[in-house]
Amino acid sequence: MLRYVARRLLQVIPTLLILSVLLFAWLRSLPGGPAGALLGDKATPESIAALNRTLGLDQPVWIQYLRYLGRAVTGDFGASLVSGDPVLSELGRALPATIELAVSALLLAILAGIPLGYVAARYRARPWDNITILGTLVGVAVPVFFLGYILKQLFAVEFGLLPPSGRQAIGIDATSVTGFAILDGFLTREFDASWDAIVHLVLPAVTLATIPLAVIVRITRASVLDVLESDFVRTANAKGLAPGTVRGRHVLRNALLPVSTTIGLQTGLLLAGAVLTEKVFNWGGIGTLIAEGIERRDYPRLQAVVLLGALIYVLVNLLVDLSYAIIDPRVRLR
Amino acid sequence: MQAKRWATAITAGLLALTMTACAASDRGSGGEDGATGGTFVFGAAGAPKNFDPTFNDDGESFRPARQMFDTLITYKQGTTELEPGLATAWESSPDGKTWTFTLRDGVKFHDGTALDAAAVCANFDRWFQMKGAAAQSQMIYYGDVFEGFAQNEGDASGDPVYKSCTAQDPTTAVLNLNKFKGAFPAAFGLTSFSISSPAALEQYDADAVTQSGDSFTYPAYATEHPTGTGPFRFESFDKANGTITLARNDDYWGEKAKVDKLIFKIIPDENARKQELAAGTIDGYDYPSPADYGTLKEQGNQVLIRDPFSILYVGFNTKNNPALRDLKVRQAIAHAIDRESLVRTKMPEGSAVAQEFVPPTVAGYAQQVTQYPYDPAKAKQLLAEAGQPNLTLNFYYPTEVTRPYMPNPSDLFSAMAANLEAVGITVNPVARPWNGGYKDDVQKAGKHDLHMLGWTGDYNDAGNFVGTFFGREKAEFGPQNPAMFDELAKADAIPDPAGHAAAYEKANADIMSTYLPAVPILTTGPAIVVKDNVQGVIPSPLTDERFYTVSKN
Repeated sequence: MLRYVARRLLQVIPTLLILSVLLFAWLRSLPGGPAGALLGDKATPESIAALNRTLGLDQPVWIQYLRYLGRAVTGDFGASLVSGDPVLSELGRALPATIELAVSALLLAILAGIPLGYVAARYRARPWDNITILGTLVGVAVPVFFLGYILKQLFAVEFGLLPPSGRQAIGIDATSVTGFAILDGFLTREFDASWDAIVHLVLPAVTLATIPLAVIVRITRASVLDVLESDFVRTANAKGLAPGTVRGRHVLRNALLPVSTTIGLQTGLLLAGAVLTEKVFNWGGIGTLIAEGIERRDYPRLQAVVLLGALIYVLVNLLVDLSYAIIDPRVRLR
Repeated sequence: MQAKRWATAITAGLLALTMTACAASDRGSGGEDGATGGTFVFGAAGAPKNFDPTFNDDGESFRPARQMFDTLITYKQGTTELEPGLATAWESSPDGKTWTFTLRDGVKFHDGTALDAAAVCANFDRWFQMKGAAAQSQMIYYGDVFEGFAQNEGDASGDPVYKSCTAQDPTTAVLNLNKFKGAFPAAFGLTSFSISSPAALEQYDADAVTQSGDSFTYPAYATEHPTGTGPFRFESFDKANGTITLARNDDYWGEKAKVDKLIFKIIPDENARKQELAAGTIDGYDYPSPADYGTLKEQGNQVLIRDPFSILYVGFNTKNNPALRDLKVRQAIAHAIDRESLVRTKMPEGSAVAQEFVPPTVAGYAQQVTQYPYDPAKAKQLLAEAGQPNLTLNFYYPTEVTRPYMPNPSDLFSAMAANLEAVGITVNPVARPWNGGYKDDVQKAGKHDLHMLGWTGDYNDAGNFVGTFFGREKAEFGPQNPAMFDELAKADAIPDPAGHAAAYEKANADIMSTYLPAVPILTTGPAIVVKDNVQGVIPSPLTDERFYTVSKN
């Protein structure tokens, strides 16, 4: 098991290297560049060219890459062109925000999705099932920014129940310890700050949860249906086991295997959805960094963010494979 | 039925959460005590690069800086006229090379040090003596106005306009220049030339702009300790939440700010700004989309429209297409574009057709210029006379951008392209993203025949418009008549204000009749929107709003 994990972790290095080369080349092949964005509308072509020379962006791409790599090995990923902050400290600020949002959304999706999917399977082809399926179709079809806009319009503008965007109300002077706003409030015993953070989290988390929720519902439903028709369930029922035991130990446990795979695959989509959700809700996490970074051609920032995203994705997939081994004793990791 | 119960419990829990959240959600601080006190929260579209005005040239960085800093000369609120700032009076020698500033007495920087002539000179010397290619490359306005540094590094190459600054006595600073420029005295009011506390500049290492790899890192002065004399002091920049907090400077020399705190909340998404305003979490924001003016007013907001100080033009590039070197062809295109209808159907209220390349409020605006009214028949006739009945032109226009002078570039382009097609010109549309090729193709490579571009003026001088556009040969317009460059350079060099204006009037008239390097399309002013309980926002044509006059009730 340990050897397996170590091997998988070692595989991450070449993956990230190849990705960084591709990313580097792709970013620099985009028309326009950071200098124009950095200097604004009043810049002349001459001052843009001068800045490119100053930044070394007029050098051949491979030279730029080797320099970048040389600095990256020492842990220097450069500073954001937009803010002038080291990109690592930007990531340090933004990552907790995104994790808070993505984890909340994923929890919402799992906690609501598995029961809904299970119930739909149990009452297959009855009205409840049909309603659920229709709901999942809508959930997948509605674009994130539209849904976010509508939710805000309803809950923030019309009813004034929830804040429209941001992570913190103005006037809440929260102390940041870990960067996870809800947790920080508990740690510093500033419970009003925790509460404020939760309140700000509701709408974006619900918005981001819709697509994974729909997917989890459908997978759970299909998977439960499969298991319900399998021989061992029939055997268990025939043996006269209590229905609760059958459902829990036999049906759900087996049905959750494909679901856990799906949850792993959802992580990538979740990160993509987070970009849009964060833009709509002015969340100030990784998604915001990416959106702004692309707009302003902030090479150092984008390079760091994408590599980090890839790293997270790879690690999550590793966790999924490990959870497989735990759920299904037949799976042996080598 | 466990699962069912579980689902119900979760749903109920979520509902409860939402409902209690509602009860507790903070509705922002309303008006606290009428005319003074309280907090004014303003939605900004982007983060400032940093807070040292010297190294910035964009509106988002200038907005907070304008509240914290003063300049020697300032612009009368809501106009482009000059009025005393830190200097109560200024005069120049007849040759325009020596400027004497009489300074206000008793002004203190936010760190408690005194503003005197030595402090003013220290600022001018700091800019001139700035070291390092990185720092110099970020001083766009200094490079534009003062042209060069004590030691040009990197690609700075101009001969410095600045010579020296002497403190004759504590309240008299004398500035010596190597040559006069038309930008003076108006340019002394530019935010980039804000006066900083020399003690703070030194303490926080203000000049240490360092380059790490392919990016810049700014010193503590620019990121955490900007120290000016303005009506608000810097308090904090919370990067995690994107809020900049400024506090009233109780020792301000002028009219003191009415609100205790001024907060800029960075909200990049236009819709998010609109919804925050509707939800009451911000009190106002900048550059609402013209399409929203109606809705915003219906919701009970004030949409304040700035006086126009921008120009949109359609430019000709004479390099690629010889036909465009013929004045008749350029005049035909000017007559073919229905500018009245563009302004009426595609632009917000407060916009107008531009008859020349400077706004009417600028000294040097010519009352009598050649007019180009919409006249398709005349356009066709001119094309025929020029022997160009079947002209084909590559018309470049930008996408993924919105500017006050072109809220929707594609829309404006379509209308103009239809106008040109109507007089027999074949238009090849070329759409390029603003910062993804458009500016490179047009301003650097000059790949186009026609293009649209605009400019918002910085200060009240014709040179800031026509000098910038047509003062020298550029890839944007291709080869031009050198007489035009000459005429503009001569006008710019006349120190006497009356002679200066007269020379620019003639230049503007000649540009419209003889040279016609582009067609001026329209002039417009962007809006600023605030809630109905906000008073005292004075919209400025230079987008130079000072929020010390603002109060909430």
